[in-house]
Amino acid sequence: MSFVQRIITITMVVLGTMCTRFLPFIIFRADKPTPKYIQYLGKVLPLAVFGLLVVYCLKDVSLFEGSRGIPEALSIGLVIILHLWKRQMLLSIAGGTLCYMILVQTIFS
Amino acid sequence: MQNQRSLKKAFRAAFPYTIPIFAGFWFLSLTYGILMNTSGFFFLYPIIMSITIYAGSMEFFAVSLLLGSFDPMKALLMTLMINARHLFYGISMLDKYKGTGLKKLYLIFGMCDESFSINYTADIPKDVDSGWFMFFVTLLNHFYWVSGATIGSIFGSFLHINTKGLDFVMTAMFVVIFMEQWLKDSHRISGVLGIAVPLVCLFVFGSENFLIPSMIMLLAALTLIRGRIERREQL
Repeated sequence: MSFVQRIITITMVVLGTMCTRFLPFIIFRADKPTPKYIQYLGKVLPLAVFGLLVVYCLKDVSLFEGSRGIPEALSIGLVIILHLWKRQMLLSIAGGTLCYMILVQTIFS
Repeated sequence: MQNQRSLKKAFRAAFPYTIPIFAGFWFLSLTYGILMNTSGFFFLYPIIMSITIYAGSMEFFAVSLLLGSFDPMKALLMTLMINARHLFYGISMLDKYKGTGLKKLYLIFGMCDESFSINYTADIPKDVDSGWFMFFVTLLNHFYWVSGATIGSIFGSFLHINTKGLDFVMTAMFVVIFMEQWLKDSHRISGVLGIAVPLVCLFVFGSENFLIPSMIMLLAALTLIRGRIERREQL
């Protein structure tokens, strides 16, 4: 790819990304009332999307090869327990991550 | 003076929320910078791309686009598909971003997975300006991402630390955010769907192609149960 072609490619990626981010705000203007259906989606989508993001993070974990998702399952279990116990966001995240790093660098390396 | 004080307050409230993102972003963006470096790109490329695109998975994908043959339409379509989830974020943030003035443009521009997650779920104290709070969350995350990519692209080949597994910080963060929302939310059925539907799609379509079918089926499922949820709310 030439320099100009690279610039065009990057511009397309920027344009595409900005389309997906700005579109809802352009369609549903702040000065007009948002349709009821979209208001409903705005209420129920987030929790569904966070679920989707969790699955998205784990999409490349294989249950049949390598460590079979065991370090992921154990670490997520620890995150859940820590969070139900102390409900301290940073503690739950740090605990789960450390547990995962230790597991994949030692037992499952 | 008053204004400056409220800015400081918003910054101080926003910063702790971004700490896990700092760890996750640095790991990922360093990797991205190193990848660009070893793929033979001048260091200005990852810097400019991380500033202007600012969507993690897309920037990794852009490396392969740039290394392939020139096809701008493919670049645009792939971007729209990979980033289509932002449409969901936008719909959820319509109200929260209302009345934030000119900052709104930057808030929308920087609405990545992580900034959205924090800005949607954070309990912003009453005496903190929520517009500036969300602005600083977005700005700090953007700064972490760009600085990591910059350092990775310049010094990438000299870094030798065993960071294996650090990328799990993002997974842990989304699990926690899901739980927080789950404990607060009255529409838990949407959380069950949010896990179950993508899982089914993942098994059916594979990890490369499951995102778009998941989103379409989630929309369909949430639309189908709308009557039931709204009836329950009125009781």
